Amino acid sequence: MATISFQLNGKTVSVKDVDAQMPLLWVLRDHLNMTGTKYGCGIAMCGACTVHMNGSAVRSCSIPISSIEGSKITTIEGFSPNMDHPLQKAWIEHDVPQCGYCQAGQIMSAAALLAENAKPSDEDIDIAMSGNICRCGTYNRIKAAIKTASNQ
Amino acid sequence: MITNIKRRSFLKVAATLGGGFTLGIAWASDVKTGYIKTAAEDWTGINAYLSISPTGKITIMSTNPEIGQNIKTAFPMIVADELGADWKDVIVEQAALDTVNFKRQVAGGSQSIRFSFDLLRQAGATARQMLINAAAETWGVDPSLCKADMSKVVYNGKSLSYGELANKAGKMPKPENVSLKDTKDFHIIGSSQKNVDADKILSGNQKYGIDTKREGMLYASIKKPDGFGQVIVSVNDAKTRAIPGVVDVVQFDEKVVVLAKDTWTAMKGKKALSVTYKSDKTLEDSEVIDKKLVELLNGAGEVKRNDGDVDKAFAEADQIVEKTYEAPFLPHNCMEPMNFFADVQADKAHLEGPIQTPEGSRKAVADMLGLKEDQVSLMLTRMGGGFGRRLNGDFVREAAQISKLAGKPILLVYSREDDMAGGIYRNAVKYRFKAAVKGGKMTAYQLHGAGVNSRNHCRENFFPAGAIDNYKVMSSNYESAVTCGPWRAPVTNFLACAEQSFLDEVAEACKKDAVDFRLEMLDYAIANNSTTKKDYDPVRFKAVLKLAADKSDWYNKSSNEFKGFSAYFSHNSYVAEVAHMKKVDGTPVLEKVTCAFDCGILINPLSALNQVEGGVVDGIGHAMYGNLTIKDGAAQQTNFNTYRMIRIAEAPKVVSHFIDSTEHPSGLGEPTLPPAGGALANAIYKATGKRIYKQPFVNEMEVDVLG
Repeated sequence: MATISFQLNGKTVSVKDVDAQMPLLWVLRDHLNMTGTKYGCGIAMCGACTVHMNGSAVRSCSIPISSIEGSKITTIEGFSPNMDHPLQKAWIEHDVPQCGYCQAGQIMSAAALLAENAKPSDEDIDIAMSGNICRCGTYNRIKAAIKTASNQ
Repeated sequence: MITNIKRRSFLKVAATLGGGFTLGIAWASDVKTGYIKTAAEDWTGINAYLSISPTGKITIMSTNPEIGQNIKTAFPMIVADELGADWKDVIVEQAALDTVNFKRQVAGGSQSIRFSFDLLRQAGATARQMLINAAAETWGVDPSLCKADMSKVVYNGKSLSYGELANKAGKMPKPENVSLKDTKDFHIIGSSQKNVDADKILSGNQKYGIDTKREGMLYASIKKPDGFGQVIVSVNDAKTRAIPGVVDVVQFDEKVVVLAKDTWTAMKGKKALSVTYKSDKTLEDSEVIDKKLVELLNGAGEVKRNDGDVDKAFAEADQIVEKTYEAPFLPHNCMEPMNFFADVQADKAHLEGPIQTPEGSRKAVADMLGLKEDQVSLMLTRMGGGFGRRLNGDFVREAAQISKLAGKPILLVYSREDDMAGGIYRNAVKYRFKAAVKGGKMTAYQLHGAGVNSRNHCRENFFPAGAIDNYKVMSSNYESAVTCGPWRAPVTNFLACAEQSFLDEVAEACKKDAVDFRLEMLDYAIANNSTTKKDYDPVRFKAVLKLAADKSDWYNKSSNEFKGFSAYFSHNSYVAEVAHMKKVDGTPVLEKVTCAFDCGILINPLSALNQVEGGVVDGIGHAMYGNLTIKDGAAQQTNFNTYRMIRIAEAPKVVSHFIDSTEHPSGLGEPTLPPAGGALANAIYKATGKRIYKQPFVNEMEVDVLG
């Protein structure tokens, strides 16, 4: 059992008495009540659980809580709560979500892409977003929305 | 939560404490509840529900389960249109299961809009008339002189808002025989409206079933036998119980369940279980099942339809084309794994979560617990996909059973492995087609479908029924311990792929263009429309074929474009698709899919485009990659590292065209999936000369045509 402190959406949080091997995903969801980050596969193959760790997109299902001491974590709830990020606006403009379950992870992956590459090509988008599965098949809209956001 | 059951009399209107009015519409056809005696005299059909605040906000309940088909936007749009509302004033809320006030709260068969369209319109129109009557009485004029206009009633330069009228309208007597709008006067139906939950989804605030939290709740992880058909011999849970955070281990049927203070600990506890199983029968194996299905195809199937004399036509044929098409099991892979919340107490139970069949699931739970249905409440949550998996309420019953055994509220959460290995699959199936060709025409068509665990693997009254005189369809079933269930576009999801691939080959044998061949068959069906039974309208079907041919520039055979055609009727809708393939450095690559679609009146064109695109991408993806195999009784693919899903780089562009229609709205969420695989297979043939007879296509090819 461990006690871990880290920055979550700009605030310092301390999690006590958790299994050191528990992935960040489940600490967020079950111990901190931050359920915007979704469970999809548990093995970093679907991207539903994507969060930012020190600015990079990571799969929170595969990061033990013991490894994030002192890190800065951003989840979908803290990413842009006022819904004014160009990606959120573009997602709405293109009416991207169907079931919506994977979309928080999609947005977090896209945001990390744009932070590194303000004008991604189609190929850049394909590479950066290839870790995020959408069973509803909204990929074309995701791509269009990233393009729209990148032009703002 | 059960909606106020006192609002039970037909169109009984009650002013609410807040000064607004609510309009509940209930129906006698809900015979189980037994107390709506007078309603049958007035109406038949579904019910709906809306409320208006004094400030003019209009809350419309979306009654049906939301699985990503965007019903939660579409249903209220229909009500709001007839209501004469300004869409900006509308707030949408998800209704709980409520068999007293609502009807057919099911997400299945792409039937929600088709079933509910007129009844939602009547609900809106009735409320609109009451608001008009309230305004007319205020002004002392005849209601016929007043008009509803964008959340107001207007007359002779005067106007009262719906908010101002709500209280009075709530006390007005119920109007008889309200008139519905002319379809040309729709102001919301047919306009593109954004997903009503988008803000919540994109800010992480949308709650799905898996996000349910309750005071004192435990998380449950379930262990089922490794192989289908196995039973438990022994359970050792000592290591599990020693894990900090594990609270309890319970057992029922062939299932062992770990209860813990968080999801991960429950999953960890499950992994620490030591359970031995046995099976009295030989364990299931895909290779064995494949052989059994071929044996069935070689025998006589149950005849589902037999027109004319196929055997005579085969005897007289110039050429016979006979091909067999094969498909494996497929898991649904909803992105949100199966889960459900249950709080079972001695005399009542509450259920909450993602289920496409809330009414049937509640009944099953009530029966299982020995409770009456009205002692069990069920709240619907937005679902992270359905695709038919959540038509089966197995996990709802499990959640209730676990809560009962644990004596606590619980949230059952499947791991991805539980979800993918747990069955209820799209069944493995094979289709053998045989066509007689004589004088450049197809003179007989025979289909035999053999698959796992379904009463009928064919759709004998779909095309080409009625388009050819000698026509025979047979089905054979193989009973297996591998559980199967509906999967997006049941039966047709592979039948269409096989049929449309086969017709391409027959067209070639007849030396006909693939589209012309189908059009000639439809012309024959049109000419004989009154004499043959068929589920489709050949005139509407022909129109989508022509639209797809036109928009895809089908007849322009450029040197570096390889086009595959496919068309299918299902869920009362008509679809034609053209897959466009190009060669890049000699390698064929699917570039885009042109889709022509007729689903009657479009409620929400923007959302419809999204559904069409998703259906095509899903269809292409599963045709290419979908593959679940069984060995030693168990699924060999249990997560996305071994089960391949289509990803962004592989998704083709989709260009959609809708038939401008005033026909009654029909299915939208499913029908564009079935023809996609056939369009791809036929384009692959054009580009490579190779016919594809087996899913997943990727195993049949040297290159991945999705790039």
